[in-house]
Amino acid sequence: MSGRVQLSRRRFLQVLAGTAGALVVGIGHADAEVPIPPAMLGDDFGQLGAYVRIDREGNVLIGARDPDTGTGTATSLPRIIAEELDADWTRVTVMPLGLGVEAKDGKPVWIYGHQRSGTGDSIPAAWADLRQAGALARWLITQAAARRLGFAADRLRCESGVVVTPDGRRFPYGSLVEAASKIDPPAAPLPLKPPQRYTLIGHPAGDVDARHIVTGRTRYAIDTHYADALVAVLAQCPWPDGSLASIETAPALAIKGVVKVMPINPEADVPPGQTAIAPAVAVLAENTWAALRGLAELKLEWKPGAHSADEDSAKLEARAIALLDTDSAPTTRVRDEGDLAAAGRKAARRVEATYVQPWLAHATPEPMNCLVRLDKDQASLVVPTQAPQQAWAVVQRLTGLAADRIAIEVPRVGGGYGRRLDHDYVAEAVMLAKAVDKPVRLMWTREQGLAHDYYRSGTVHKIKAIIGRKRQVIAWDQRLASASALSGRGTAADRLWTSEISAEQLPAGLVPNYRSDWYSLASAMPRGPFRGEPHVTNAFAVESFIDEIAHTLREDPLVTRLRLLGEARQIPLGGRRMLDVGRLLNVLKLVTDRVEWKNWLHNVNGMGVACWHIDGAYVAHAIEAAVHGEKLEIVRVVCAVDVGRVINPLGLQGQVAGATLDALSNALNPAITYKNGQVRQQSLQDYPLASMAQLPNDVEVITVPNDRAPTGASFLAMPTAAPALANAVFRASAVRVRRLPLMKELLRLL
Amino acid sequence: MPQAQAQGLPAATTGDITPEPVREGIDLIVNGERFKHTGDPLMPLLWYLRDVLRLTGTKVGDAQGKDGYDLVLVNGKAVPAITWPMAKLVDARVTTVEGLARADGGLHPLQQAFIDEDAIGCGYCTAGWLIAGIDLLTRKPKASDEDIDKLPNRCRCGCQTRVRRAIKRAAGAQA
Repeated sequence: MSGRVQLSRRRFLQVLAGTAGALVVGIGHADAEVPIPPAMLGDDFGQLGAYVRIDREGNVLIGARDPDTGTGTATSLPRIIAEELDADWTRVTVMPLGLGVEAKDGKPVWIYGHQRSGTGDSIPAAWADLRQAGALARWLITQAAARRLGFAADRLRCESGVVVTPDGRRFPYGSLVEAASKIDPPAAPLPLKPPQRYTLIGHPAGDVDARHIVTGRTRYAIDTHYADALVAVLAQCPWPDGSLASIETAPALAIKGVVKVMPINPEADVPPGQTAIAPAVAVLAENTWAALRGLAELKLEWKPGAHSADEDSAKLEARAIALLDTDSAPTTRVRDEGDLAAAGRKAARRVEATYVQPWLAHATPEPMNCLVRLDKDQASLVVPTQAPQQAWAVVQRLTGLAADRIAIEVPRVGGGYGRRLDHDYVAEAVMLAKAVDKPVRLMWTREQGLAHDYYRSGTVHKIKAIIGRKRQVIAWDQRLASASALSGRGTAADRLWTSEISAEQLPAGLVPNYRSDWYSLASAMPRGPFRGEPHVTNAFAVESFIDEIAHTLREDPLVTRLRLLGEARQIPLGGRRMLDVGRLLNVLKLVTDRVEWKNWLHNVNGMGVACWHIDGAYVAHAIEAAVHGEKLEIVRVVCAVDVGRVINPLGLQGQVAGATLDALSNALNPAITYKNGQVRQQSLQDYPLASMAQLPNDVEVITVPNDRAPTGASFLAMPTAAPALANAVFRASAVRVRRLPLMKELLRLL
Repeated sequence: MPQAQAQGLPAATTGDITPEPVREGIDLIVNGERFKHTGDPLMPLLWYLRDVLRLTGTKVGDAQGKDGYDLVLVNGKAVPAITWPMAKLVDARVTTVEGLARADGGLHPLQQAFIDEDAIGCGYCTAGWLIAGIDLLTRKPKASDEDIDKLPNRCRCGCQTRVRRAIKRAAGAQA
């Protein structure tokens, strides 16, 4: 017996009797050519769609479709399903789902729907469709109980894996699943639980993988292996468009265990991220140590390419500053409201400042790696990726295999931060496996991750504000110069700005005469998505600048902010976007109340504040800093967030504290610089993430309870941390840091 | 399979008695079990653990072992596994993250504290923090904030404040 509930026009939930009497709610697709045989669905968890299997012992297996890169999806997504199921969470086992793909007319069909992490949409997407899976399983179990016990189904209730009758008798789900699997599901989606009955959503839950992680049993992609796989390591050309000038392989091949040395070249006309980032020479060996010894013995000379050899980060920055100082036309006028020229005639004061932020690398903890086995008509991969569907596209292009003959497993990922939305390392591994006709486990070193990254572009912001007689900001003219992360990736020229700035960002909607311009910088250095961008760089400039306005007006920067924000109200920002000023005021009030802001205006230590909004979520930071001689101490950090409904409060606290520390770490020390097209940072010591001593001892997180639909929170707390710190440093030391990394600039100016 | 071997008897058929060659190799104890490494004595401990013993809980970090991802206990002291060649490990007692729990599965107090304080981001650097933390708590059972400040580990997910709480919790539990 089986049946289906439509989720959308093409996707549906499928109810099946699994083996040994289990109830399975899987997922199907209307276009799938070959329906999955029900028996297989019960036996093979790999065939279980995104969702639920309950066996007769009452054990619940839930699939998690979005990769968990430390963003908590392996816990939060299954809890959304378990809530609607009224499952006993202690009986739930979570399994990461690999890529869900079927073939239709030679094209891939993504049967699990959303499969991507770190872009802030995992939770909203799950909220939209995953709840039905749990609701359907519970409905079937309740129907089975009703038929067995002779009660009307609506007189039964479910709690923690048990159906309870009106006279208090309790029937565990396990005793009902076999019967439930034989009941036809309803044709339409089921009503969902009212939030006041939630027992999991909104209640704290630890990471489902925690025990395996602390005992070293969690296998990341880099920990997986096939017995007959060769280990591949790379020497990469320091210029992305360079080439191999000479190579001597004999000493490398003489190393015991080294099997082959071969070059890899980026494919022509393939967008960045989908092919090798630069020419490379691979050493393939029977084990990692032999491969690395072989790599050390390689004698290589590279020559620069036509474009990248002249690249120089200092020159690019100088060009950007000069560009913003002229009145040349921007590449894109991102937002233009009111009349700046007319506003200028009412100016009481003018404020102007320029902010410079460096290039950054992702510095992922787990190095780039990929395990791949190519058989005649099948590819099997283990990939640390944030976007399995994009990884699939790379494999498919290189192998030409049918859509559904490419299997991609995604174990827990050792950090993404946007780096693993690109799949150059997958392309390299597949190219090598094709060439050697053996499975390949490719591994970069961490250092190579630094020197061969898709970087975050450096930025220069120049902001001018006009202040009216009543101290109000009457005009805001903001210019940004950066190298778009979207260049060369098939994005239309008039949309390249979208990776660099948000048209809705503060103070859009709050200033009557507002203009935001983007100037494109040409660069041959590889760029790509980066955690929290474009908000992080823009918030640093905007939220630092608001404090500079306050300084010009000789007033409390909180007063300046409150005047700028005005009354609680809804401001349309274009499209369906709204700025809810009340929610922004609320997070600002929460952090300033918590630190007793008024007491800080004349203290030796400095207190700084910043606020921001991203896609309907709101954040504010208050940070206390002290400057002792040449030492900066971050004494206290408070962060308030409003993300709509909170799925897992403990997970949210971790994301907010984590994003805060990541943002502080990125702002304090590291910078990528390059000269003659070559990145100077070749070791992790050259790119210092913050040490324990540099970071605050605690991050106090305040979450705003509310019942709006949940939003993503993995990078929400990033944008406001650095400007709040810079504002605190100014109060503590009278040094205004307009250039990052912060420590270097602070020491220069002190 | 030859019949002699199948019966568990030596396969030799000649009357010569050849003395068993002295087995070369490096004896060491990993997580309480004895092992003999017969490969390259210059192989770093990290690759021995990961490639040979398939103990992958100790993670690949930077080449100098400064980020703390590959820390293991050698004779009770935290060291980066990438910087220790096997030749230096004769008769050494090595403990990796897989060896921290008791045989009955009971967790070390610091492992439990990491769970209780949710001190995990992506989890890739967690093993290194645990080893560094246990090394610290062994030396200083009542570790202070200043002691914790000196830990070498780096984390990009931003777990440091929660790791600090976990170490203090474990210090409290030990005291």
